[in-house]
Amino acid sequence: MLVIGELINGMFKNVRKAIKEKDKSIIQEIARKQVAAGAQMLDVNVGPAAADEVAAMQWLVESIQEAVNVPLSIDSAKPPVIEAGLKSCQRKALINSTTGEQAKLDALIGLAKKYGAALLGLCMDEKGIPNSVAARTEIGMKILAAAMEAGLPTDDVHLDPVVLPVKFGQDQIGSMLQTIKELKILSDPAPKIVVGLSNVSQGCLNRPLVNRIALVMGIANGLDEAILDPLDTQLMDAMITADLLLNKFIYCDSYLDAYRKAL
Amino acid sequence: MPVTKLLEKWSGQVTEVTIGATRAEGGTRSKIVKIGGETVMPFMLEEGRMPNQPLIAMEVLDTEPTWWPDCLKEPFGSALKNPADWAKKCQDEYQADLICLKLWGAHPENKNIPVDEIVKIVKSIKEAVGLPIIIWGSGHSEKDNQLLPACSQALAGERCLLGAAVQDNYKVLAATCIADGHNIITESPLDINICKQLNILLSDMEMPTDRIVIFPTTGAIGYGFEYAYTIMERTRLAALGGDKTMAYPMIGVVGSEVWKIKEAKAGESEMPAWGPQKERGVAWESSTAVGFLLSGADILIMYHPKAVALTRKYVAQLMKVS
Repeated sequence: MLVIGELINGMFKNVRKAIKEKDKSIIQEIARKQVAAGAQMLDVNVGPAAADEVAAMQWLVESIQEAVNVPLSIDSAKPPVIEAGLKSCQRKALINSTTGEQAKLDALIGLAKKYGAALLGLCMDEKGIPNSVAARTEIGMKILAAAMEAGLPTDDVHLDPVVLPVKFGQDQIGSMLQTIKELKILSDPAPKIVVGLSNVSQGCLNRPLVNRIALVMGIANGLDEAILDPLDTQLMDAMITADLLLNKFIYCDSYLDAYRKAL
Repeated sequence: MPVTKLLEKWSGQVTEVTIGATRAEGGTRSKIVKIGGETVMPFMLEEGRMPNQPLIAMEVLDTEPTWWPDCLKEPFGSALKNPADWAKKCQDEYQADLICLKLWGAHPENKNIPVDEIVKIVKSIKEAVGLPIIIWGSGHSEKDNQLLPACSQALAGERCLLGAAVQDNYKVLAATCIADGHNIITESPLDINICKQLNILLSDMEMPTDRIVIFPTTGAIGYGFEYAYTIMERTRLAALGGDKTMAYPMIGVVGSEVWKIKEAKAGESEMPAWGPQKERGVAWESSTAVGFLLSGADILIMYHPKAVALTRKYVAQLMKVS
């Protein structure tokens, strides 16, 4: 499993404050901690409150790269903000994200090609998130086909079946899991399947437990990557154990330790 | 229509281990060898690199092997009576890449040779040959915990390969190897899970990762060879797939395994239908060696000079394909 650390997000108070006060050290510490805990990529989101989102994204990306050497997922709904992040990235970045909406898709595929970035596509469009597995898969197919047509390698396309909070859409979890399976058979090699995990537990009392179980269920259905909190040790342990049970690496008594050492 | 070859792509690489140290490096060896470093399955040279070709260590015992069949004794003659002479013969006449001293006679149930006697033998071999040296303990934990540190000190600075650390007895040997600058062999009983666990335990002791060699336990063809082959292949696949805890070179014991089985040992009078023993033993040893080469072995420990020569020829042929 590829772990994308979620903690550099302007929705979090400490990050919002750091952006406002231009305090690099806070951002760099969060970056280092996530990488030390096993994140292989870091998500970067300036959040809704930044005064100048373009400048904030550039500053975040530069600050993070001074501290750690992992690829970044440039997370914004606004193409100019994404472009500001991509411009500053030293390593191959992931654009987070496009939807199936044609204009957005065209713009972001353009950016992916221009900056040699990978593209994350959400299985939703201007009409919202479809209920049915078939409709979500159809949007996934549309994104994948458009990317391939534009010459992006399938390896660079990451599809997100869209995770909704269990509290507000309990029937959605099953279709999300089923969508993972359907998306995996769209092409060979299969596109990478990613989720923003923590959304599943929004508003729940025991968020870590819900996240943990949802992640394991996702992995069992073919999930490749997740944007999550790598500092949640139990979550990471569950993920490693799920990979073990699926025979993705060789067992030994200290397999948790071994997995972390082998990263 | 042209057919495109499907080539496998690997992300991992086996670590490279250096055995032996020259005077400039603080030792006295006239040559050093490197093993490992592969980025592909054995000899798949179109898919990646094998920067170091597999090597052959010839085994010398601390005791005259009176039980060996005549056809195995014959190439060594009277040198078998003295480990240093024996080692020199392997170096000068049979072009061994390394010398492996097996401390068979030190085992309490064999000859229980005392530690100071063994140290004398070790020193005599160090003087007699310039090749890198492997020291393989008796397999008796308590004795080895006295014996191997003493050998290690006698060879300090020579960057030898010492073994074998096992799951229930690895700390003394690991600490010794770290202190005296030697490489270590980790032995697991045909069990890939224990193999991995032992590697983790060693890394917890801060054994440098470029000084570990895996011994997954090997057997002759017909005597558990398939188990060893599968485990070695799976170990190498894991290494190439990116599992750093399995990405170490591997060593295979061939000579002593082959020459204890009846197919190699039995004389023609005993088994007339099996053909001349002279050819049979050599064929069995070289065939077993080739099997282990194909499963990923980086060093083979062998006995018969003819089997050594045949195996070396085979390696040279496979390394030419590109």
